[in-house]
Amino acid sequence: MTEKNWTGYEDIEHMDFDLSEEQRLLKESVDGLLTDAYDFEQRKKYMKEKGGWSRAIWGRLAEQGLLGLPFAEADGGFGAGAVETMIVMEALGKALVVEPYLATIVIGGGFLRHGGSAAQKAAHIPSIIDGSKTFAFAQLEKNSRYDLHDVTTSAKKKGAAYVIDGEKFVVTNGENADTLVVTARTQGGQRDKTGIGVFLVPADAKGISKKTYPTQDGLHAADISFTGVEVGADAVIGDPENGLPLIERVVDEARTALCAEAVGAMDESLKTTVEYLKTRKQFGVPIGSFQTLQHRAADMFVALEQARSMSMFATMAADFDDAAERAKAVAAAKCQIGKSGKFIGQQSIQLHGGIGMTMEAKIGHYFKRLTMIENTFGDSEYHLRRVSESGGLV
Amino acid sequence: MDLAFTKEEQAFREEVRQFFRDNVPPETRRKLVEGRHVSKEEMVVWWRILNKKGWGVSHWPKEYGGTGWSSVQHYIFNEELQMYPAPAPLAFGVSMVGPVIYTFGNEAQKKYYLPRIANVDDWWCQGFSEPGSGSDLASLKTKAERKGDKWIINGQKTWTTLAQYADMIFCLCRTDPAAKKQTGISFILVDMKSKGITVRPIQTIDGGHEVNEVFFDDVEVPYENLVGEENKGWDYAKFLLGNERTGIARVGVSKERIRRIKELASKVESGGRPVIEDPAFREKLAACEIELKALELTQLRVVADEGKHGKGKPNPASSVLKIKGSEIQQTTTELLMEVIGPFAAPYDEHPDSSNEAMDWTAQIAPSYFNNRKVSIYGGSNEIQRNIITKAVLGL
Repeated sequence: MTEKNWTGYEDIEHMDFDLSEEQRLLKESVDGLLTDAYDFEQRKKYMKEKGGWSRAIWGRLAEQGLLGLPFAEADGGFGAGAVETMIVMEALGKALVVEPYLATIVIGGGFLRHGGSAAQKAAHIPSIIDGSKTFAFAQLEKNSRYDLHDVTTSAKKKGAAYVIDGEKFVVTNGENADTLVVTARTQGGQRDKTGIGVFLVPADAKGISKKTYPTQDGLHAADISFTGVEVGADAVIGDPENGLPLIERVVDEARTALCAEAVGAMDESLKTTVEYLKTRKQFGVPIGSFQTLQHRAADMFVALEQARSMSMFATMAADFDDAAERAKAVAAAKCQIGKSGKFIGQQSIQLHGGIGMTMEAKIGHYFKRLTMIENTFGDSEYHLRRVSESGGLV
Repeated sequence: MDLAFTKEEQAFREEVRQFFRDNVPPETRRKLVEGRHVSKEEMVVWWRILNKKGWGVSHWPKEYGGTGWSSVQHYIFNEELQMYPAPAPLAFGVSMVGPVIYTFGNEAQKKYYLPRIANVDDWWCQGFSEPGSGSDLASLKTKAERKGDKWIINGQKTWTTLAQYADMIFCLCRTDPAAKKQTGISFILVDMKSKGITVRPIQTIDGGHEVNEVFFDDVEVPYENLVGEENKGWDYAKFLLGNERTGIARVGVSKERIRRIKELASKVESGGRPVIEDPAFREKLAACEIELKALELTQLRVVADEGKHGKGKPNPASSVLKIKGSEIQQTTTELLMEVIGPFAAPYDEHPDSSNEAMDWTAQIAPSYFNNRKVSIYGGSNEIQRNIITKAVLGL
């Protein structure tokens, strides 16, 4: 038996937690853009635009090449990896960005990159990269909760075409998206792991109706019903009878991206809270001089660093060849991020006192985003169970 | 950004592991696994094997017998040592007084003491804490007065780990009573056989005898036993305390204990099935494993940082390692308690020695009790929070 290193993998070359020069430049560039164009007041304006986000900002992300990062150079992208996505997502988390990077680049782009045919890539990737088209992931169902294989929406074969019927819920960017990535059952029962397909459906296809609404964290989502929606065979991504491995892979990348976004949000929450402790005075002194508050802030720092480590772990696990090991690493990370995020979010409000309870103060919006991240693609309990059932990490 | 080891580092890990397999006395290993008492003789035998291999003082500069390993190699060595497990080199000599001597001591001190530390010819203990000076160490009162070519030391040290075995003690003594707290302290090496030293054992809640009180009553010490400059001892103490930063997480110890938990939990039954099959228990264990994985990563980040930027300033992230590392160690001992259930109670070895799963359970409760110390020593977790507050958050 060969001895694996502690990551469980032999094929990773060396240990180095520093960013490369290109990665540092990327970080500076995205941080720079958001510092310039994305303060809390500007964000409020963007949220009021159609579908809940700003086309102008999306255009600037495109101009800086951020929308093309993970796509292969042959497809017009930059061929960047998981670390680059982590860098971007962390920055987006710091600024509480509402534009659909996760839905379009990470998830939509992920399905195209890992499962798309040459024709599908050619049809969609250029308009994603130039910012003209966005995606949404229509996956969640009324009773599926966090199980990706729990699918009742059906895709029935009709000649070479498929007819999709069913309902999807809380589809982020569902209002603005041009293309929906829809999971639907081609055969089998509700919780069968086989018989699930992934379909690219134009958002304006006949038979689609949407109910759109804002979400607790300031994004926009839609409940979408599909009634006899007909798509061609070219709408299928990957194997229509066995799409679950592809879905799991892309959702693991989405979870990893959410971990990074959460780290950015936690980082900024702690920073904002520490600033407040330094400036807010009571009893004639800054409240940050009280040890009980200092230690709470120190515990938030500990929670943040543990979360950051696990975000990195999940990011690096993207290169694992063994799908089960990769899934376990991501589950462990999502669990840690949920735990840290809840603690930092709640304590940020507590240390701000009354002002933390107001819609006007920025801190509460970080808390709300962290809370929604926890409840997206599996909460801490869900992922803890996955880690536990797969035999743990030691 | 990447987190695996190079082929060379992996080969090094295998070399270290093989050396432990071939050279750690099996009885010593077994005692450590089961949380039993390892005798002074057993430890010294092992440390001399390690020293003969050239790994006794691995992190010292090469000229004093060190290995010249990278930060990552040290990390691997320590992890393997903790996981095997084998007794770690005596920190008081190897990690504490040794580096102070080769950094601040004179040539005669280096020449005499360093080889003796490496070969454990002298067992060292640490004379820092006093009854009135715990977290507020700089308030210490034990005084050393100069009389001709001698120091006369009077006072009391406490929590002195394994002083009962010690040949030497390094002491912080007040040498300038007029100076401000931190400034009038000197770092002095004292022979434990000196007239006027009394060692009194302190029994800890686990029933063990690890720590002691050490009394100094007109103890005469040669003047040349002063390390570095008079009244600069506090600087050397800070250097010493900041020196061992990444080992404090004790990731390998917790990993080893988690394996032990899994092994025991698959033998011990509860409700007609092995404890390990209880989902609630497994999830608690998984939660601990996730925290440990995060800690391991945090530790590797600190190691990588040291490798890149040198060991200069203490990395405040090491306070995270101390806090999380101690919490996880404590959690693992709690989980063992949970596994063993009512059989935690017997104070001595359980009489049913035919039951393999039970024959060492008498150590589980003491280990749980004993591990409460890890969030207290080495700068309590509250002191670590103070450090984070000031050094990181700037509050």
